[in-house]
Amino acid sequence: MSQTRDIIIVGAGIVGVACAMECARGGLKVLVLDRGPIGGGTTAAGMGHIVVMDDSEAQFALTHYSRSLWHELRPQLPEDIEIEVCGTLWVAADDEEMAEVHRKAKNYGQRGVRVEVLNSADLEKAEPNLRRGLAGGLRVVEDFVIYPPCAARHFLEQARKHGAEVRTGVHVKALRSDGSVLLADGSSISAGRCVNAAGPWSPALTPGLPVRKRKGHLVITDRHPGFVHHQIVELGYLKSAHSTGRDSVAFNIQPRKTGQMLIGSSRQFDADDLTVDQAILDRMLKRAIEYLPALGRLSAIRAWTGHRAATPDKLPLIGPSTVSDRIWLATGHEGLGITTSPGTGRLLADLLLGRKTEIPSAPYAPARFANGGAHHE
Amino acid sequence: MNHAFDIVIVGAGPAGLAAACAAAESGQRVAVLDDTPWLGGQIWRGEQSRPQLSQAQRWIERFRRSGATLLDRTSAIACPQPGVLLAEHPDEPREIHWQRLILATGAREMFLPFPGWTLPGIVGPGGLQALVKNGWPVDGKRIVVAGSGLLLLAVADGLKKHGAKIVSVSEQAPWSRVLGFGPALLSHPGKMLQGAGIKLRLLGVPYRCGVWPVKAEGDEQVRRVTLTDGRNTWTEDCDLFACGFNLVPNVELPLALGCALSDGFVRVNEWQAASVENVYCAGEPTGIGGVDCALVEGRIAGCAAGDRHAPAKALFAKRACWHRFRAALARAFALRPELKSLAADDTLICRCEDVTLGRMKQFNGWRDAKLQSRCGMGPCQGRVCGAAAKFILGRGMESVRPPVFPARVSSLITSGTSASNPNPNQTTT
Repeated sequence: MSQTRDIIIVGAGIVGVACAMECARGGLKVLVLDRGPIGGGTTAAGMGHIVVMDDSEAQFALTHYSRSLWHELRPQLPEDIEIEVCGTLWVAADDEEMAEVHRKAKNYGQRGVRVEVLNSADLEKAEPNLRRGLAGGLRVVEDFVIYPPCAARHFLEQARKHGAEVRTGVHVKALRSDGSVLLADGSSISAGRCVNAAGPWSPALTPGLPVRKRKGHLVITDRHPGFVHHQIVELGYLKSAHSTGRDSVAFNIQPRKTGQMLIGSSRQFDADDLTVDQAILDRMLKRAIEYLPALGRLSAIRAWTGHRAATPDKLPLIGPSTVSDRIWLATGHEGLGITTSPGTGRLLADLLLGRKTEIPSAPYAPARFANGGAHHE
Repeated sequence: MNHAFDIVIVGAGPAGLAAACAAAESGQRVAVLDDTPWLGGQIWRGEQSRPQLSQAQRWIERFRRSGATLLDRTSAIACPQPGVLLAEHPDEPREIHWQRLILATGAREMFLPFPGWTLPGIVGPGGLQALVKNGWPVDGKRIVVAGSGLLLLAVADGLKKHGAKIVSVSEQAPWSRVLGFGPALLSHPGKMLQGAGIKLRLLGVPYRCGVWPVKAEGDEQVRRVTLTDGRNTWTEDCDLFACGFNLVPNVELPLALGCALSDGFVRVNEWQAASVENVYCAGEPTGIGGVDCALVEGRIAGCAAGDRHAPAKALFAKRACWHRFRAALARAFALRPELKSLAADDTLICRCEDVTLGRMKQFNGWRDAKLQSRCGMGPCQGRVCGAAAKFILGRGMESVRPPVFPARVSSLITSGTSASNPNPNQTTT
């Protein structure tokens, strides 16, 4: 059968399995390989926030498209994906940040994203546990929260229904320019094309990719239902957006359907190990407590870390690689892989099958980094 | 608040007290931290306020004279860097700095799932004993005791003294094995007398070996327990069911420090030193051996950590003797394979997250099951279901994440770094 396999997807994280689902639906014969369990890497470590973002036009296009695909999928998603349509609340600490709320509100509003501007009093009412005296906020009504590992499993089940094959516990060593995949045991599997969807580990399989590991920390609490009602994110990052600091933290909290609070976030380059970095954890939690003074009293049950796959321009790599037109990429999603997985899967399948894409694919084309992997921030 | 000591001991049970005495007698600055407000750990719970065992009294007294500091109500929750423990205390987070660390974290009861095991009124024998010592009334209550280990007898004895009616005591291990334990008792007169004394007082209570529970039933509360000897099955009425299957070592903190395990216990050398530099371990985490084994290991660890090798060495023979006792204990009370099939597919295995055994079995390994079903992700941090899954399915917890115990968010923050101007440069998802 191997001679008739169209595509091997390396990586069963949410991006890889979304690609598998869309490719299999499109009639391609798909094989998915992963060294660990389904969604056991970055997918398991992340928050699961489905969010529209507008740092750039291309980021907006992909997140907005993907969120609409998520909403289309919703009726068929099993219960364990724990969808909670809590919306995102962007919090403005002062007038300068409030100006950003108005800019964002206008930008989102013009493009059909439902938003509400909250003044200081509205914010207090919406989230009584936030500290007093904040300037206001922006509620993005249709953003939501999911539990990513189960979403990955569901996408893979859909792929299987359309004939995809899955093998876990398989160590891939390299993707080759003839479309085949070399395994660590020396054997290889052939296919028409292969897709590197290995997220932070993708450069190890395709040397030269402009993808770097960016470490993040999260803390989850015991069940404290109602402590916050929205995924709340600070807008304060804008003030120091051009900071040269290698490490950063930002206040970001998510209410889980279970009543647990998931507290983030941090970003670190050049931190390849997965141990909890106490100095970063200190900063991250202090930042969160600055916004939510009562948070310190909640019971924390676990802290962990994970790696995002970061690219220099904060956009993913989707499409044929510059190495070979038989090696394709679906990686580099940084902190937005859960959100943009359905859009990525759809774009990749459309490109592979020669269908018209629903949004322009050029901004995510790997060819934009044609000079290879020396491209770093 | 910051505290700095030469030698820090985690756990004020027998191993921790003995280690503290030996270390402090070496002239070191020594501190012992413990979750509880008392000295003696779980096994000597209540001894400080209502003395009963002379052995416990001797060690508590010796500890008081040793000059070691007690940091009570202090739970070690994380190891942010070598030489530092982060601990939770009701009033404040604590950072405890150590040159050498002795882990005497003890053990907890092992629970195995069977149909009905989550009904109210079903408790671990050790847990029930603790409740009763705290004044919880059992007078006139009918109690079935079952599971495994010497603890069953000790607990049944204690409950009877508090006026409970012990319906029966059932040990899962067969008579042939439990009797095989006799020689080990004989070589340790103290244990033998203790065992005999308990048996005498228990006269009139059926103590059966080769009998185990298969099911518990009741409405809002356990009413009946079904037991079997493998051939016959019968039901006993009760108000409470005390059920526990030996002990599981508390190895979460040693794991968080990076200590290597072997067969689920912390690996130590002859000086009780673990695989991590300047970290020692004594008592149940190195093997379930009981109070006397813990005491001698604690003394050796305390001497060795205080660089007094001669007195440590002088205790090696005694320790070897208790290690034989420990091995005999493990042989006598080994869990029978039938216990692996008590739980049905619809029996809960993870009580925190309501995960059934059937659901857990759908997945390939512990991590896959954990990610997909959330088993082990609740506030017990997998302490109950992890041990059960390991026994039933041969897979269990693979790693430990901080905090070792649930702790206030504020307790996870150390004083070491400034939070001012955190320079966030991007938002997050």
